Amino acid sequence: MSEQLPIRLTVNGAELSAEVEPRLLLSDFIRHRAGLTGTHVGCEHGVCGACTVLVDGEPQRSCLVFAVQADGAEVETVEGLAAPGAELHALQQAFHEEHGMQCGFCTSGFLMTSAALLREHPHPSDAQLLDAISGNLCRCTGYQNIIRAVRSAEAKLAAQAGDGTPAAAPAGDADGA
Amino acid sequence: MAREPLVGRSVPRVEDERLLRGNGRYVDDIAPAGCLEAAFLRSPHAHARIKAIDVSLARLMPGVHAIFTGADLHGQVEPMVFQIAKIVPPPVRESTGAWSRVHPMAALPTERATWVGQPLAVVIADDRYRAEDALELIELELEPLPAVVDPLDALAPGAPLLEPEWESNLALHYRFSNGDVDAVFDSAAVVVEEQFRSHRHIASPIETRGVVAQPDPYDGRLLVWSSTQTPHQLRDFLAGALRRSPETLHVRAPDVGGGFGPKGAIYPEELVISYVASALNTPVKWIEDRSEHFLATTHGREQVHTIALAADADGRFLALRDQITHNCGAFNILGLVVPYNSLTHLVGMYAIPAVDVEMRAVVTNTGVTAPYRGAGRPEAVFAMERIVDRVARRLGIDPGELRERNAIPPSALPYETGMIYRDGTRQVYDSGDYPELLRQARRLVSDEDWEARAGAGREVGIGYAAYVEGTGVGPFESASAQVIAGARVRVAVGSASQGQGHRTTLGQIAADALGVPLEAIEVVGGDTNAIATGFGTLASRSLVVGGNAVAKACAELRAQVVEAAAGLGFEVGADDPLPLGPMAALTPFNPGRPAGAPAVLRAQAEYYPGPVTYAAGVHAAVVAVDPRTGEVEILRYAIAHDCGRAVNPQIADGQVIGGTMQGIGGALFEELVYDDEGQLRTASFMDYLLPTASEMPEFRTAHVDVVSPLNPLGVKGLGEGGAIGPMAALANAVEGALAGHGVVVRSCPLTPDRVRALVRATEPPVPTAQETT
Repeated sequence: MSEQLPIRLTVNGAELSAEVEPRLLLSDFIRHRAGLTGTHVGCEHGVCGACTVLVDGEPQRSCLVFAVQADGAEVETVEGLAAPGAELHALQQAFHEEHGMQCGFCTSGFLMTSAALLREHPHPSDAQLLDAISGNLCRCTGYQNIIRAVRSAEAKLAAQAGDGTPAAAPAGDADGA
Repeated sequence: MAREPLVGRSVPRVEDERLLRGNGRYVDDIAPAGCLEAAFLRSPHAHARIKAIDVSLARLMPGVHAIFTGADLHGQVEPMVFQIAKIVPPPVRESTGAWSRVHPMAALPTERATWVGQPLAVVIADDRYRAEDALELIELELEPLPAVVDPLDALAPGAPLLEPEWESNLALHYRFSNGDVDAVFDSAAVVVEEQFRSHRHIASPIETRGVVAQPDPYDGRLLVWSSTQTPHQLRDFLAGALRRSPETLHVRAPDVGGGFGPKGAIYPEELVISYVASALNTPVKWIEDRSEHFLATTHGREQVHTIALAADADGRFLALRDQITHNCGAFNILGLVVPYNSLTHLVGMYAIPAVDVEMRAVVTNTGVTAPYRGAGRPEAVFAMERIVDRVARRLGIDPGELRERNAIPPSALPYETGMIYRDGTRQVYDSGDYPELLRQARRLVSDEDWEARAGAGREVGIGYAAYVEGTGVGPFESASAQVIAGARVRVAVGSASQGQGHRTTLGQIAADALGVPLEAIEVVGGDTNAIATGFGTLASRSLVVGGNAVAKACAELRAQVVEAAAGLGFEVGADDPLPLGPMAALTPFNPGRPAGAPAVLRAQAEYYPGPVTYAAGVHAAVVAVDPRTGEVEILRYAIAHDCGRAVNPQIADGQVIGGTMQGIGGALFEELVYDDEGQLRTASFMDYLLPTASEMPEFRTAHVDVVSPLNPLGVKGLGEGGAIGPMAALANAVEGALAGHGVVVRSCPLTPDRVRALVRATEPPVPTAQETT
């Protein structure tokens, strides 16, 4: 019944073309048409950030974008951070080591938000870090280990890049003993 | 050769990699071929008579396959009767006179709607977009009826009745009385009485609920995927309501994106989608959206306490009286669970000779309430710890010192409270060191000049919350362990994870019990076909009950393997690692398999815990409050905690910090607000504010872990503990900060608005222009 519009976009480097209804959300396109279910939908009103993907390098809530708006864009999702079978991305490794995740539902959004942050600011200030990830809700971890994980990834990425800049000290250390 | 145990080590989680790569599988990721999607029409009124639901136009929409109302389900689906809500163990009845009554919940009602958001009809369409289009065309004729929202109003004479066959809205009642409370109150040096309200909030996991039901024409079975904490309970409930054998139902909870209690309840949507898929003989999916979640997923925490505490001049507590009014919402679905937890966790770690507590749990035209992380404990601790601070202020004694004076010393443990626990056994605090928890919490906030850090214009307060938590409630949990191909062991459990990391922690327990590396263990759960029965993951019980079941099954399996290995010429000593070689040789299709070797090496165990084991904690919050703006900043949040033996300290801390952050959300930001007509005014994340990373305070933690004597692993539950303290600790801290203004904090959340209103109420009124002339 509804009008279908053609779109072409790349998702994690793969070119996709499809006919979609103008009202189809990018989040639903990614999940149900492209079959990439690592992007999760938590609120569909742009607050929780679970559905965050990168559109032309910028973090976007894919539940607030229509698929037709992504026509011609390069979209990156969590599945693009590390190729299947390849080593984990530094952020993924850090979230694992620092226990920066519990149920895993919000994790993809945090990973994509943090990936964009560390690309733009390889050594973000505490304020920049909090500002970036405060658009993502996590109900399990209490955030402390997420912040540690991003800091740890910062150091890993700097080491990978051979960047001699020392990483800032982790924020919110909880060792009270 | 003894091996280094894995229990006690922060082993990195085995579940992470799959989730990190985006390969998790949550219910919405399940997409059977030809799956249709559902959308529910929900009641826009809190209380209304259903006159007509006309679906004829909506049914004609392209892409719509079917629409079901309550009339279509009549005779096909039994009304939901929450049997668990009727359970009152005889010792509980004898000691408190407790009773509980339940009225059946139609999966889709035909006569009356009793809360905003109650499902009334379901549209099944090609996809969710089309299903929602069709909702717009359903003509709903409702006759609004008077609604009751507030739990105290629900008890007033003439209040609208939720269940006309009842003479009142009272659904559950008990009264516990110990000692001559009246006499003590008459003669005590100090008596303080207050009314405190624990406000309504919601767990709000980032994954909403969801169901996919998939009929299998091959064998007539129905596979139901649900984001549930309790797949076996759901299977048996569906079997009863759909009048089919549980054996024809297969329930799976795949990855679940957070539970926190609400996903342990059973919902009409699970029943409706299961029925509809069977009736249409096609897979059907329903994924809750966030606004539905606010309306229709269970809420928690709403209680009113009228509480009084009597003490002598030195601050020793003499008697406690509390009348609690608990809001069940529109149905009493879990009976004693939450209201009775409030009784058995009210007195906490204090010795109080005389106690009198009455509970009145009422039904109202609001969303159904059920356990939310803490389940009756945060509510009780809020009231108790607030009244303790009021007594401290009256007597001029430091609140931390007053708590230490009244804490039960370790020498008095095991300590019998005189109450009966919810499982029908006598309540006994088995182990712990409460004074040390208090000392540690006080120490963690005593090393800084807080006034200096707060700066000019802000007032500093330190607030405490002390609590005990009965953990590891029965009746049982089950586990099985089986040698599988590749010299591995598959451990199946009845209590799956919603993020708690059971594959890792239960794997650690299994690996130790068997004497194999963690890599040789595979933990499966959330699947009624993986293990015949199980109770589920709730009530801080998985580690205690499920963990000990795993240890028991794996110890039995080890014995079997040792015996089989002996037949192959391998001698394995009691402390030796289990050799994987013979295990591999014993797999069924190994051509070199010795004749006569057992075909299956498998052990099944149920663990039936005795009485619950007591975790405990003391929270200490330091806040800076700006009395001019009402803004509250947490300068530090300290937690001293006893979780028994920690299986995985990193995961344990993650649970404690995560739970505490949820509690902080409830204390400072989150509130479900109903208006007088029963409309929920906070049904989005724009109105209901979850804490973000920017609200995370500086945390300090200290462990005062006392190994539990009640179970072989020595563990205590810890999933809920963190969420118990924050409301009380932060309310105490804010009141302490504003002591100079004479404010009394009677409810949370402590938003700038509310704090400012508290301060304003104590200020002399500004003369109006009229008065000055």
